Amino acid sequence: MGKQDNITLPDENGRFGDFGGRYVAETLMPPILELEKAYEDAKADPSFQQELKFFLDDYVGRPSPLYFAERLTEHASMDNDGAAKIYFKREELNHTGAHKVNNCMGQILLARRMGKTRIIAETGAGQHGVATATVAARFGLKCIVYMGAVDIVRQKPNVFRMRLLGAEVRSVESGTATLKDAMNEALRDWVTNVGDTFYCIGTVAGPHPYPAMVRDFQTIIGHETKAQILEKEGRLPDAIVACIGGGSNAMGIFHPFIEDKDVRLIGVEAAGHGIPSGLHAASLTGGKPGVLHGNRTYLLQDEHGQINDAHSISAGLDYPGIGPEHSYLYDIGRAEYVSATDDEALEAFQLCAKLEGILPALESSHAIPETIRVAQELGPDGIVVINISGRGDKDIFTIAEALDEDISAGTEG
Amino acid sequence: MTTRIDATFSRLKAEDKAAFVAYMMGGDPDRATSMQLLSAMPEAGVDIIELGIPFTDPMADGPVIEDAGIRARKSGTTLSTVLEMAAEFRQSNSATPVIVMGYCNPVHQMGYEAFAASAKASGIDGAIIVDLPPEEDTELRAAFETHGLALIRLATPTTDEDRLPKVVQGTNGFVYYVSMTGVTGAALSKPGAIKDQVAKVRKASGLPVVVGFGVKTPERAKEIAADADGVVVGTAIVKAMHENSVGGALDLIRSLAEAAHS
Repeated sequence: MGKQDNITLPDENGRFGDFGGRYVAETLMPPILELEKAYEDAKADPSFQQELKFFLDDYVGRPSPLYFAERLTEHASMDNDGAAKIYFKREELNHTGAHKVNNCMGQILLARRMGKTRIIAETGAGQHGVATATVAARFGLKCIVYMGAVDIVRQKPNVFRMRLLGAEVRSVESGTATLKDAMNEALRDWVTNVGDTFYCIGTVAGPHPYPAMVRDFQTIIGHETKAQILEKEGRLPDAIVACIGGGSNAMGIFHPFIEDKDVRLIGVEAAGHGIPSGLHAASLTGGKPGVLHGNRTYLLQDEHGQINDAHSISAGLDYPGIGPEHSYLYDIGRAEYVSATDDEALEAFQLCAKLEGILPALESSHAIPETIRVAQELGPDGIVVINISGRGDKDIFTIAEALDEDISAGTEG
Repeated sequence: MTTRIDATFSRLKAEDKAAFVAYMMGGDPDRATSMQLLSAMPEAGVDIIELGIPFTDPMADGPVIEDAGIRARKSGTTLSTVLEMAAEFRQSNSATPVIVMGYCNPVHQMGYEAFAASAKASGIDGAIIVDLPPEEDTELRAAFETHGLALIRLATPTTDEDRLPKVVQGTNGFVYYVSMTGVTGAALSKPGAIKDQVAKVRKASGLPVVVGFGVKTPERAKEIAADADGVVVGTAIVKAMHENSVGGALDLIRSLAEAAHS
C-alpha cells in the first residue's frame, strides 16, 4: 500500500490506499460518475464556493466558536498534576444543532446546480435527517428521509422536527432497523429514481466521490479550528479528539491537521457494552476490512462476510462501518483510534452538562473521557481540542431512560 | 472446451427457443428444502439456474428476496453452504449451468482466488456479484479467468453507449440486462423499449443477452423471450417457494418455462 501524502487522496479511483472505491450496482455507476464530475466542476467554481460561504456564514451561523472549557480543564487537573487546556470546537451551535448541516448545505447546493429536484437521505440519530430536511426546505426541494424503525423510537424529537420541516420520514423495518438499513433503503430509492434524485449521504462513507466530497464540506471545522487556536494560543494543539460513527465530524476536524505531524489525531469509536461483549460499534477496534455501502473499509462482520449488528446507545454511532479514509489513517498510523462505552458516554454527558452548562450530543459525549485522559497525560502545558459535534437536547429521552427517570409529559403536576 | 453456458445457448438456438433462467435463494428456508427445489429445476424447464447467496445487506434487492436471505441465514446458510449445494446438484446433473449471484462482501471475505477455486470445484459455471462493477472486479476477473469461470455483468437502462463497451469487456457467458432502474421484484417499466436495448447490448458484447428484474407472469416472460436470448425470473419464484413451498414454486416454474420456450 502506498503511504503517499494523504492530502492528495483519494486517487482517481476513489481509493485511500486499499480503502474506498466504488462498489455499487451498475445502475448507480453512471450517476456516481456524473456526481463526481459535477462536484469537481463545482469545487473549482468560485461562484459555487462563494454561495456556499454565504449560506454557511449567514444561515448556518459559522464560524462556530472555539471555547476554552475552563471548568472541565479544572476537573481534569484534579487528582493529577495539572492538565492540558481543553478547548471545545462548538459545532453544536450550528443551525440544526450539529456539524451535519455543513455537508448538507454543500450537497444540496450541488444538487440544485445539477438540476435535481428530489433529495433523499439516511439518518441514524436524526441529525443528518434534520439538517437535510432543513436545507431542502430552504431551497424548496422535496425531501425524503429514511430512518430505521428502532431509531425512530429513540429519536422521536428529531422525527417530529423533520416532519415540521416538510420532509417525509420513511420508517425502515428491514434488517436491524437502524442506520445501515436506512442506508440500504436510501440506495434502493436512488437506484429506482436516479433521474431526478440526489442522494445526500451524511457521512464520509459510501461510493466515491462521497467520502472525499463530504470530507471537503466538513473540513471547514478543521480550518476554523486551526485559525482560532493560533489566534488564542499562538500554536497548534497537541491533540484533537472526535467521536466516530461514519466519521464525518472527525474527518472534518482532522483533515486540515494531517500534515501537522505533531498534532495527535484521536478518533473515539462507540464501544457499546464493551468491546469484549461483542455488542459495540467499533469498526476499527473490533472489525476487519470488507465491502459495504459502496466502499471497502473496516466493518463489523462474521467469518462468512455477513455484517454484524452494531450496538451503541447513540443512534448516530450505531453503524457497522467507518469512512474509508479513517481506515487508511488507521492503517498508516497517522490517527489513533480508541473507544468509549455507553456508560462512559452517559457519565461524560452529565459531567459536561454540570461543569460547562453544555449538553453535548451522546455521540460527542463519547469523545469526552479520552479528551480528559489525554489532557491529563499532556499536563498543564498542553492543549487539546475536542469536537463537540452536536448538542444533546435530542438525547434527553434516551438519557432519562438510561438513568431510570420518567420525564414523560404530565409528571411535573 | 465448450462451457455449459455456451452449450446451453447453442442448444436453445438450434431449437429456436429463448433460455429460461430461474433464480432461487440458496438455503431458503433451509438447505434440505432448498436442495429439493434446486434438484427439480432442470426437469421443470429451467435452462440456467441462478443460485442466490444470502447477504445481510442486499442493496439491490426488494423485500421478497431480502426476506428469503434472512430465512436462509437463520438456518445457517453461508457462501460455503451455497457452494456445497451446487456440488451436490452436480452429482446428478452435468448439463445445466449454475450461476451464483450475490454481493461482494462474503466473496471478499473468502478471498477472490479461494472463491473462484472453490466455485470451480463445486461445478459452478459463473457468478454475478451485484456490487462489483467493472471498475472494481479486476481481481475476481483474473481469478475467474484462471479457473475458466464466467463473470457475468449487469447492463442497465443507465448504462449509456459510452459506458457499455466497458461493461461488456472481459465478461463472458452472457450479459444480464436489468430491464429497469430499481430493485428486484419491482413493477416492470413499459414494454417495448427492451428489444432495442437488448440488440445494443448483444452487439456490443457478442454474447447472448438475458433480461430480468420485474418479470412475474408467464405472459410477460413470453413477451421478453420474444425480444431477448433469455428471460430471468426471481422474485416471483422466491415468493411462490415461501408461500407454497417446493411444489408451488415448481408449478410456477413450469408455467414460466413453457411460456418462455413457446
